[in-house]
Amino acid sequence: MSTSLKINGTTVTVDAEPDTPLLWVIRDEVGLTGTKFGCGKALCGACTVHLDGTPVRSCQTPLSAAAGKNVSTIESVSSTEVGRKIQAAWIAHDVPQCGYCQSGQIMSAVALLAAKPSPTDSEIDQAMSGNICRCGTYPRIRAAIHSAAGTKGA
Amino acid sequence: MSTIQDRSRRQFLKTSVVATGGLFGSGLIVGCAVMPSQDRAMAALRPSATAPGAMPNAWVKVGADNTVSIICARSEMGQGVFTSMPMLVAEELEVPLDKVRVEMAPAREPYINTMLGGQITGGSTSVREAYEPLRVAGAQARMMLVAAAAQQWKVDASTCRAENAMVIGPAGQKVSYGEVAEAASKLEPPKSPKLKDASAFKIVGKPVTRLDTPSKVDGSAEFGIDVKLPGMLYAALAQCPVLGGKPISFEAEQAMAMPGVKHVVQISDGVAVVADTWWRAHKALETVTIKWDEGANASLDSAQIDASLQAAAAKPGAVFRKLGDVDAGMKSAARKVEATYQLPFLSHSPMEPMNFTADVRKDSVLIYGPTQFQQLAVGLAAATAGVKPEQVTLRTTFLGGGFGRRIDADFIVQAVEISKAVGAPVKLVWSREDDMKHDFYRPISLTKITSGLDAQGRPLTYSYHTSGPSVTQRIFAGLVKDGLDPLMLEAAVIPYDIPNQLGQVVIHDTGLRVGYWRSVSHALNVFANESFIDELAVAAGKDPLEYRRSLLAKEPRYLHVLAIAAERSGWGQPLAAGRARGVAVMEGYGTYLAMVPEISVQGGEITVHKVTIAGDLGSMVNPNIVEQQIQSSVVFGLSAVLFGEITLKDGVVEQSNFHDYKVVRMNQSPLMDITLVPSSEKPGGIGEPVTALIGPAVANAVYAGTGQRLRKLPLRLA
Repeated sequence: MSTSLKINGTTVTVDAEPDTPLLWVIRDEVGLTGTKFGCGKALCGACTVHLDGTPVRSCQTPLSAAAGKNVSTIESVSSTEVGRKIQAAWIAHDVPQCGYCQSGQIMSAVALLAAKPSPTDSEIDQAMSGNICRCGTYPRIRAAIHSAAGTKGA
Repeated sequence: MSTIQDRSRRQFLKTSVVATGGLFGSGLIVGCAVMPSQDRAMAALRPSATAPGAMPNAWVKVGADNTVSIICARSEMGQGVFTSMPMLVAEELEVPLDKVRVEMAPAREPYINTMLGGQITGGSTSVREAYEPLRVAGAQARMMLVAAAAQQWKVDASTCRAENAMVIGPAGQKVSYGEVAEAASKLEPPKSPKLKDASAFKIVGKPVTRLDTPSKVDGSAEFGIDVKLPGMLYAALAQCPVLGGKPISFEAEQAMAMPGVKHVVQISDGVAVVADTWWRAHKALETVTIKWDEGANASLDSAQIDASLQAAAAKPGAVFRKLGDVDAGMKSAARKVEATYQLPFLSHSPMEPMNFTADVRKDSVLIYGPTQFQQLAVGLAAATAGVKPEQVTLRTTFLGGGFGRRIDADFIVQAVEISKAVGAPVKLVWSREDDMKHDFYRPISLTKITSGLDAQGRPLTYSYHTSGPSVTQRIFAGLVKDGLDPLMLEAAVIPYDIPNQLGQVVIHDTGLRVGYWRSVSHALNVFANESFIDELAVAAGKDPLEYRRSLLAKEPRYLHVLAIAAERSGWGQPLAAGRARGVAVMEGYGTYLAMVPEISVQGGEITVHKVTIAGDLGSMVNPNIVEQQIQSSVVFGLSAVLFGEITLKDGVVEQSNFHDYKVVRMNQSPLMDITLVPSSEKPGGIGEPVTALIGPAVANAVYAGTGQRLRKLPLRLA
């Protein structure tokens, strides 16, 4: 059975089973590998994408729930002003280390800034604590979010 | 200089590793065979596509269009080698970093890490090992380019200089490196190039931003899990829930009927479903029933392991340290202090689960993915596929974290077995659960320390007895001699001025497979030693920082970092209500560190608010990356301090994912105050040591705040 959805502005039709997690549709069927598999249980945030602008864990979002909707992935993050600001701040603060979790971190950070243009430290904690980074880039993520927002942290 | 000469020869040497006595047998034999200079396996790592060009030596490739590529021989797993290593070459090559493209090295002799005897990324050795050789390689290449230009101009090379990837002649004539690279690559490399004085460095020592960052903020960086080959299939693998168990038979009728499923195959470690997408393979695998031979570990559990470790700890150990006479010293002691420290098994849990891609053909094998140990990957792939090592091509991708887990190659062997069985390129991807339940775990340890203090509280004796499994025994058995595994004894010998010391170790195999984990045995020994010295300070009625200072009078680098950490943390100054500080110091990989965390405890929960760190790691190649690695190690180490523990029941690891193996998240990540000591001493390592220091530092702070001395990790308040 085929399902249509919009990924990064382009309509794609895939014939995966409707219960296939969006993550694997994006990675294996569509071939966009920037979105990462970390835990498969919505515990680590590596697979975060935006579904109609809302951050979701694509490993726990079935394809059927994305049918007809707009999915944005890391590959399109530079298409919005907030996305470009976050990317620039990530580069300026040299946030990534191994980099594996960073697509998810950036998607969560973009969603945060879109909703709260001047987040406090506790709002950053709240929005970002679902994204695990084993390399411990948290201090730089925090600094980069503040710098993208033009705010100051502790 | 002979080593450097060998490493920089134009003619590439081919390296192979043959594992003897089984895949993880009694040792590794590293052999070399001459290969043609054309390197067919030169791997590209996006975003720098493999560039064509002439190679004056194994590290530098210059295209006719003046594209300068620098070969990075260590795996980039977050620690910044993709930037720090090319910086060393570029400094002497006279090429600005923004003109440099970086390519991952293939598995070859010039890229062997001489500190470890293989092309291994580990032991915080990358910069330490490469600091001189890579500058020599850059200087040799530059001199060859200059000499080629001078020949072209018919002038003396000494009248020419290099700048910005150009050679400039005596009359101001200019030629790009690209224009003379072909000619340069035919010249003999100069024997002893003179290296720049550190004061002349334009790149080395500067906090430049990482070369891999742009590709890691737009999703384009290629990790192993992203590899795609034409005609590639995807594999999910069921391994025996009991570690060490093997498959006997399986039934897969239902799986074979599921969409996309192409094959179900039994390999040494388990049963794999191979399908047209990973998800379909993974789903179908759930329907496969497998009969296992659970093997020797079928009834292994944590209580039994603890009991066997206690028994091992009661035995006398092999002696690794003897100074003075502890028995005589104890006789004149006014009091005796004794404590036992215990550390758990830990999982590595890098964010990228284990995976590898293999394409096994009749006469060749391509293996493609994330590894920390290139020759092991090649050697085992060759042995598994039944081809010669020179028929194996390895392409190393970025690693989504390593932390020691990717020194092992179990998942590479599995990918090769599956590809061979199905006759197609296969990408094997483990689930997070596979990853957590089939790790090579950081060893447990049990350490008893005894000290006799004089009437003033100064220690007269220090007896250290530690027991636990040896990773080295499993993977590099030849390095274990007379019961001593050097990689169990890092930082086991204290820096403190104590006249009588005895150190003993008992190697005790618990049955659970173990692996090197970031900071290796530093994490075990520093926890015990730095907790115990704190206990001695308390017994002596002294301030723990002053007590350490008094015992480190002959150790200026320790004293310096301790003084900085004391000052920056406000040691001795009043704290906000409910807050407490602790201190710990260490030397690891040639790096001297002092740390003061500030914590509070509420409702049995420990919060680390701030960590002050002072580090002296000698000469630094990139202080920006050094700072990153310290931040990284604090967070990585803190996960182990607060949460990390792998336990077993009926031979099965009980933890499965990040809900029951918790790690530090953004809201638990402390503020950090990091001071780096400027120094011209030889470089120390920084990828790992801080990981070991956060444990005792926080435990000591918890004692200061609560009066509870916690001698086990993870820290759990009574």
